[in-house]
Amino acid sequence: MGYPYSHDLEVGTILSRHFGDESARRLNVWQEYGGYAALAKAVGMDATQITGIVKDSGLRGRGGAGFPTGLKWSFMPQEPTGPHYLCCNADESEPGAFKDREILRWVPHLLIEGCLIAARAIRAEHVYIYVRGEYFPYTRILNDAVVEAYEAGFIGPDILGSGWDCELTVHIGAGAYIAGEETGLMSSLVGGRAEPRVKPPFPAQSGVFGRPTTVNNVETLAAVPMILSEGSAWYRQWGTERSPGTKLWCCSGHLERPGTYELPLGIPLRDIIYDVCGGIRNGKKLKAVIPGGSSTALLTASELDCASTYEGMQEAGSSLGTASPIVMDEDTNIVRAIRRTAEFYAHESCGQCVQCREGTAWVAKILHRIEMGDGRLADIDTLYDLCEQLTGRTICVLADSVVFPLRSSLDKFRADYEALIGGRA
Amino acid sequence: MSEHVVSLTVDGVEVKVPAGTPVIQAAERAGSVVPHYCYHPGIPSRPAQCRMCLVEIEGQPKLQPSCVMIAQEGMIVHTQSEQALEARRSVIEFLLLNHPLDCPICDAAGQCMLQDYAYETGQLSSRYEEPKLVLGRDRIAEDILYFADRCIICTRCVRFMEDIAGDNSLVVAQRGHKAYIDTFPGQELEHAFRGNIVDVCPVGALVHEDFVFKARAWDMDTAPGICAGCSQGCNIEVNVKENQVVRVKPRYNADVNGYWMCDEGRRHLVMANRGLRLDVPMIRRGDVLEAVTWSEAIEWIAASAPWGAGGVAVVHPGESNETLFALRELIGALGIAGGGYRMSRGEEVELPGFPRLKLRQDRAPNGAGAELFGFSETDAVPVPEAGQTLLVAGDRLLDAGSDYGAQAGFYVYLGTHMTEGASSATVILPLAGAGEADGTYVNFDGLVQRFHQAMQPPGVARPGWMVIDRLLREVEPDRPPMRDVAAAFGSMAAATPELEGLSWRGLGLKGGRTAGRATVTGAR
Ligand SMILES: Cc1cc2nc3c(=O)[nH]c(=O)nc-3n(C[C@H](O)[C@H](O)[C@H](O)COP(=O)(O)O)c2cc1C
Ligand code: SF4
Ligand code: SF4
Ligand code: SF4
Ligand code: FES
Repeated sequence: MGYPYSHDLEVGTILSRHFGDESARRLNVWQEYGGYAALAKAVGMDATQITGIVKDSGLRGRGGAGFPTGLKWSFMPQEPTGPHYLCCNADESEPGAFKDREILRWVPHLLIEGCLIAARAIRAEHVYIYVRGEYFPYTRILNDAVVEAYEAGFIGPDILGSGWDCELTVHIGAGAYIAGEETGLMSSLVGGRAEPRVKPPFPAQSGVFGRPTTVNNVETLAAVPMILSEGSAWYRQWGTERSPGTKLWCCSGHLERPGTYELPLGIPLRDIIYDVCGGIRNGKKLKAVIPGGSSTALLTASELDCASTYEGMQEAGSSLGTASPIVMDEDTNIVRAIRRTAEFYAHESCGQCVQCREGTAWVAKILHRIEMGDGRLADIDTLYDLCEQLTGRTICVLADSVVFPLRSSLDKFRADYEALIGGRA
Repeated sequence: MSEHVVSLTVDGVEVKVPAGTPVIQAAERAGSVVPHYCYHPGIPSRPAQCRMCLVEIEGQPKLQPSCVMIAQEGMIVHTQSEQALEARRSVIEFLLLNHPLDCPICDAAGQCMLQDYAYETGQLSSRYEEPKLVLGRDRIAEDILYFADRCIICTRCVRFMEDIAGDNSLVVAQRGHKAYIDTFPGQELEHAFRGNIVDVCPVGALVHEDFVFKARAWDMDTAPGICAGCSQGCNIEVNVKENQVVRVKPRYNADVNGYWMCDEGRRHLVMANRGLRLDVPMIRRGDVLEAVTWSEAIEWIAASAPWGAGGVAVVHPGESNETLFALRELIGALGIAGGGYRMSRGEEVELPGFPRLKLRQDRAPNGAGAELFGFSETDAVPVPEAGQTLLVAGDRLLDAGSDYGAQAGFYVYLGTHMTEGASSATVILPLAGAGEADGTYVNFDGLVQRFHQAMQPPGVARPGWMVIDRLLREVEPDRPPMRDVAAAFGSMAAATPELEGLSWRGLGLKGGRTAGRATVTGAR
């Protein structure tokens, strides 16, 4: 169940049952809990069967874009002409997101098992888990689990006597948000700069070492073992038609009970904030929430009655993203919060695309000036125009990402900007 | 229609291009040049990172980078749509935010792709009010300065080194708006072809130190030349200011050097004419060499040389074909049976990403030409027997002492520099040096290439063929004159089977092949 708090609305079966239980990190305990049963089942199945079950389950990628996982796997060549790779994206760097961290540190074997099943489904001979550099302590936990799994024959040659071989390597990044973008991740993994590249070719055509590769998020892969054990219909008992299953919500900000909760998709966002997380701390009012991690549009107190699904959040004008709401109470200086966010993007831009490299930094500087009381009304027009220039023109969507919080803050909290500007033309 | 050709419409013009052609090249064929920075036709990697070349393609929701978008059958492209123009304008605005705009002291001014496009998009003022980021400058190689503030991070330089030179010592350091180009700590950029990074730089971020602050683009005269550094024969552009070579850049020739040249070659022409130049004909009168006019010198030699008496001769593989041909005629008239030439050699350096081009072992441009006109390679300068005639043309006699040739009966020295070895000459004739005359060379591969005069020779120095032609006509008044270089080439080609079918005009700036390649394969 959730960590550090739990709640009745949670469904802790799939990902979070053992959060907070240090003993679950050990293989013997994990096996008592039923660990690696799904892998045993998977080695008796072929790639198409596994992919079929995951397709039917409707599992969608948890890395932010919500791409259907089974469909992504089916893009891999059906008849390999050489090695295939699986990359598990554990670079989790989106401000607000800390759900993958919980999986890494509490249930590392769940992730390993998910990786191996996915590797079988895409005919990969090697799994790379790319962990952000700052997650060093959790990487240690993961590494210990990998060693145990190797010793037990769950990874390596002839897995569980099936004749199937698969290796797994944990790679530690150097700490860059852009290494989380899948092509940036692959470049960094093979020793290049973490720089996204133009697609096509897509990873399924040319990825790690130029070979077909699938990149999946930690939480996506961690959901796979239970789906395989219990079946797709079982998984679909939660959530909606287009957003089935459960999802980790990592809630932060001015909340009574911030933390990670595993919730069925579809609960109203308002209930997540006011019921699951116990509402705003110190009895304050909510001013805004960035619902899906810093790359999503702000919602105001009157916009919380949306369903917490991919489609529901989109209808509300934002997106589910990584399901990492950052909640801000009535005392929050929105301009400052957005300035801080813009600075993050300026700092993390890889710097290839001119718009992103120069534009994110410019946005941050204008916001800083407004925050310091030196703004002018024309700055608001400039910021709106920069939103246009930063949208849809770059290699990856980092540039677009800064626009969502920025534009929504201008639309919904213009008064806050104008108050700081004080009428200067 | 062949499946290897696709047809598409760019700005209303239909073009057919080979399948696989990027839209930016198809557009160029249709007459629309799409502004670009990171794309360089000679660098294979295409990161599409500057986002300058975005164009509208019907049916595509977003603007697309034309440098990587491949032309498809039936595509309809708009390079000048409102959306495309707006995106371009904004890239320029972004690039100028932190740009120092120090055009008045920037060596790229006038030849700068940022300046050009900024003017084109008409941005005379900026909305930017924040302090500019200052990154400073650095020495990125022994001879190359890097002005980080002017850098637009197009990574052409990094990718030239990686893709073409096969050297990864140049990298992007840091990221985002703080990114700059650098080498790894303790590593130097030492590659023999590194200078090309300066040429590929679309702005003034990389400048050769020996060019910095030397000349404004519009103050320089430019002539097409051929590098005389080695037998490759790289096509070059010679930039001259006040009759001094200030810069040498590669000139595109797909068959020879592509977009590139080596660093030794860049320096060659700048260095070649330094030193004590000969600028007036001189005749020995007793112990002294006396300056005379050309007419006096020519008349005097015609009257006093031992015509037909034989002797020894050495020429130089840096002379043009026209001069070497004329020298053969002169040597014949003097009764000398053939001559030698000395070739200086160095290590070969390859350019892995463009294997056609190498800094060749033969460190002179026209060894093949010397062979073609019957000269053969020797190691040492010829030593005349007492009283014999000695002719030295072009060889700078760096290994000869002041008594060299003293025993000769008649010693003619034709050259560019005064040298100890010429002290005992009977007559000294000043020749135009590298970059000071028109002519042709034959490169290692048998390609005959034209080069053009870029500056005036000193004093009354003249091209070798012109001097010799004048002299031979003094002796043989019926000879048809070589009135200009085209005529000199014509007389030479008429007398040389290997040059059959070639003419000065016909060579143009891309060169022409010799017929009998076998005769010039001695070149390395
Ligand atoms: C700037 C940027 C940063 C990203 N960071 C992450 C990340 O830290 N973790 C992650 O799983 N996906 C991240 N993504 C998404 C990945 O590119 C990719 O879509 C995802 O890992 C695919 O996994 P999924 O299909 O399981 O969701 C990022 C994308 C962008 C554009
Ligand atoms: S959008 Fe930004 S982060 Fe993404 S590739 Fe371009 S410069 Fe890099
Ligand atoms: S130095 Fe010049 S070529 Fe290199 S990245 Fe900067 S602008 Fe481009
Ligand atoms: S390779 Fe030879 S011809 Fe080319 S630039 Fe260098 S020296 Fe000159
Ligand atoms: S030239 Fe196409 S993106 Fe740079």
